[in-house]
Amino acid sequence: MKAIEWFTQVLEVLAALAAAPLFLAWVNQCRAWLSNRSAPSLLQPYRGIRKLFYKDAVLATNASALFRIAPYIVFGTMVLAAAVIPSMGTRLPFTSAADAIALVGLLATARVFLSLAAMDVGTAFGTLGARREMMVGFLAEPALLMVIFVASLICSTTALPAITEHLATESLALYPSLAFTAVAFTMVLLAENARIPVDNPATHLELTMIHEAMLLEYSARHLALMEWAAALKLFNYACIGFALFLPWGVSVGQGPLALIASVPILALKLALAGGGLALIETLSAKLRVFRAPEFLATAFLFAVLGLLVHLLLRA
Amino acid sequence: MIAAPSALDTPLDLALALLGAWVLIGLACLLRPGDARWLCRVMFPAGAAVGAALALLAAVSLQLPAQQQVLPLGLPDLPLHVRRDALTDVFLLLLGACSVGISLFASGYFRRDQGAPPGLVGLQYHLFLASMGFVLLADDAYGFMLAWETMALSSYFLVTTDHRVEATREAGFLYLLIAHVGAIAILLSFGVMQGGSWRFTFDAMRAAQLSPGWAAAAFLLALFGFGAKAGLVPLHVWLPEAHPAAPSPVSALMSGVMLKTALYGMLRVAFDLIGDARWWWGLAPLSMGLFSAVYGVVFAAAQSDMKRLLAYSSIENIGILFTGLGLALVFQGVGMSALATLALLAVLYHALNHAFMKSLLFLASGAVLHATGERNMGRLGGLIHRMPWVAWSALIGALALAGLPPLNGFVSEWLLLQAFLFAPQVPRTFVNMLLPMGAALLVMAAALAAYVMVKFFGVVFLGQPRAASLRDAHDAGPMERLGLWWLAAGCVLLGLLPAQILPALRRVSAALHLGTAAPAAAPWWSLVPLADRQASYSPLVFLASVAAVVSLTILVVRTLYHRRVRRTAAWDCGFGGLTARMQDTAEGFGQPIRHIFQPFFAMRRELPSAFDTAPRYRVWIGDRWWRGLYLPLGGAVRGLANAVAWLQQGRIAVYLLYSFVTLLMLLACVL
Repeated sequence: MKAIEWFTQVLEVLAALAAAPLFLAWVNQCRAWLSNRSAPSLLQPYRGIRKLFYKDAVLATNASALFRIAPYIVFGTMVLAAAVIPSMGTRLPFTSAADAIALVGLLATARVFLSLAAMDVGTAFGTLGARREMMVGFLAEPALLMVIFVASLICSTTALPAITEHLATESLALYPSLAFTAVAFTMVLLAENARIPVDNPATHLELTMIHEAMLLEYSARHLALMEWAAALKLFNYACIGFALFLPWGVSVGQGPLALIASVPILALKLALAGGGLALIETLSAKLRVFRAPEFLATAFLFAVLGLLVHLLLRA
Repeated sequence: MIAAPSALDTPLDLALALLGAWVLIGLACLLRPGDARWLCRVMFPAGAAVGAALALLAAVSLQLPAQQQVLPLGLPDLPLHVRRDALTDVFLLLLGACSVGISLFASGYFRRDQGAPPGLVGLQYHLFLASMGFVLLADDAYGFMLAWETMALSSYFLVTTDHRVEATREAGFLYLLIAHVGAIAILLSFGVMQGGSWRFTFDAMRAAQLSPGWAAAAFLLALFGFGAKAGLVPLHVWLPEAHPAAPSPVSALMSGVMLKTALYGMLRVAFDLIGDARWWWGLAPLSMGLFSAVYGVVFAAAQSDMKRLLAYSSIENIGILFTGLGLALVFQGVGMSALATLALLAVLYHALNHAFMKSLLFLASGAVLHATGERNMGRLGGLIHRMPWVAWSALIGALALAGLPPLNGFVSEWLLLQAFLFAPQVPRTFVNMLLPMGAALLVMAAALAAYVMVKFFGVVFLGQPRAASLRDAHDAGPMERLGLWWLAAGCVLLGLLPAQILPALRRVSAALHLGTAAPAAAPWWSLVPLADRQASYSPLVFLASVAAVVSLTILVVRTLYHRRVRRTAAWDCGFGGLTARMQDTAEGFGQPIRHIFQPFFAMRRELPSAFDTAPRYRVWIGDRWWRGLYLPLGGAVRGLANAVAWLQQGRIAVYLLYSFVTLLMLLACVL
């Protein structure tokens, strides 16, 4: 049984690495369809990353070592995050390294390094992006933790695989508290991944951008890693959402067959989630930066409502 | 503080001897009062050695049973009692280990004339250390208050080292005033706790049976007194004034260690001396702590002076500590000893963590201050190139204080959140509802701490230098580096080895009558506070896997592709003409926080008009407590004093009349 656990672990990480750019491309394709544009190929993100790896890296003269190491650290934290989220199976050797709270800490580490790197060269855009990113972060993090708290209280554990197992294996029960937190989680996902109501991934207008502003000074392999890490982050968030709200179809240690079955199920979930994400983004307008706190405060309130519902109704 | 030389065989004797050694070192500083080199080359390293010995002793004796002793010192018929148990040892360890780094740094720091003569600084510094140690060891109210007051006075003189500056004298006075208001409350609390026996040893207080009303009074008085020393809002106003005024090693010692002695006092009173705590007492430190945590971190985000920023961040961390203390009290009061132990462990671990990381950052800011002469972050920047040693150690401190894994700040926050998460099992519905909200506030404070640390490190060390003079900033000297790296290593080790350190701290829960819950079985690399499958965290696996992925990625990228790098001017979207003034200043970086938390601040802004030829933008951030509480209080005291001054007519006849009336009244009483 140990061998299959390690196999699941390796498979999950490799699948996340390989599928993350595809998921991003799928979201872009859906967005293009919804706005009546012709979409770029689904392989476009891979081509972009490959091209960037071949290019010469250009660094600003006053970029420090922190600027050069940050892409690797951000990428590394995202890979570890992919390893601890149960996307296909819940029996994973690495999950004892970090429970759900530590996972939030891991995502915060990536955010802090990204922001510090953005401040390193000392351009107006970089510091602007870093400031906005940290602003979104400090509002989104409590909301995300409240979401995780509700799930943890229902399952009385903070280990993400145990939560998934608990929710996936019990007889079908509807949790009104989880419905509230699912809304909150979706809002956090949009904010944390620089999606439309909070940030616009397609823009290079300085007044509207957060995430892109932080990457302006990066080029070549560093930029490739940063973009890949951003795709991985979206993928990871989607998988956290599945683990909490759509846990069905994940292998809970039943053996190789269930693991094989979980792969198309994950693909299906991702396809649906990508479509839904594109729909939300198409239907909503970009908020002014100072409306973002209100947006995230709403997310936080939804999570708190979920918590209260759980405590009052025990459901 | 002298142990008989023949009987240096118990840890208690040794601890007293080491404190005595600190006093002797302090006195030896007076041998050459004007000689800074004597102080730096000999005295501070000797003090560091004593600190290391004390830390080692405390770490070893943590496993030993408690000991008591009566010293042949003190007033006639009032000998001093001393005692050490596991709680004392944890805080002695904190004091010893932190003072090593700070003393090493100080030996490179006090180079120039700082105002007060070096010999006096050395005396006060070592007296300060020794008195903090004796606060921890004291076992009666006399000894405790004696050490407590020595600590307050010696630190007052250290704060006012640079006494030629008026702002420093004012800050010192404010500190002394609030320290003494707090000391009066502590004294009164001891007075209540002796419970009519009129014996002021701690043993008598443990034995005293207090009525619930008096016990609550003693608890609240202690909370007020120790809260004033610790800097709980609204008694926090001295912290952001005193910390920037003091020399940096002194700020580090005060913020890192002295604030923890107040936590020690609160733990000792709440869990040990009063004894049977009611669960609802815990709600007071819990709510004050949560408020302080959020308030402190919001103000930290708005500061532009780096030492004020760190001082407000200390208020935040004291808030977190008192939150945990309150939570432990609630759990203990309802009889959930396993969770109470968990909350207590989180508090102790966070105290250790905060001591290391805040000392580290204060020392780093001291090194920056020495190199540049500038405390205002708006005139710093880009120092990672000029001061790499300081910058990289400050990065460790900043990441730790931001609560990021795998460093130490995360471990204690994680433990505290675990304790919060299982709080809904408390059999009080009302508390059940409120505690998860508390957890949310705590998380917000932690996330804002990350904001503050990005601001601190990013504005001071990254970017372009904001002033031309920064180009000749020099890095810290060898002794200063040693001090910085000692503390940074402490942060890393506390972050990576919680599974090894926490079981040792479990002895404290027995010392504080919380029962001895056996820890859950877990592999040696994994931290499992309650039960397996419930929650676990392994910082070693965490660090190893991130490091493995990072090095593997570097290796793969370099072998599959290339490692070519070109250096050129910053791209900046191709606009060109990039200057250092285009970066965010400290004010700019704090702007979202000022915007979101506007009601917290008393803010005054000076906006330029459209026709200004030399436009200036200024913003003042003030504390609402000044206007709301302190100024009215000060006015009332002054009014009262003026009213009493009416008695002082300045004419001899009036004073004779007073004597005459007094005499008549006394006679009336006697007859």
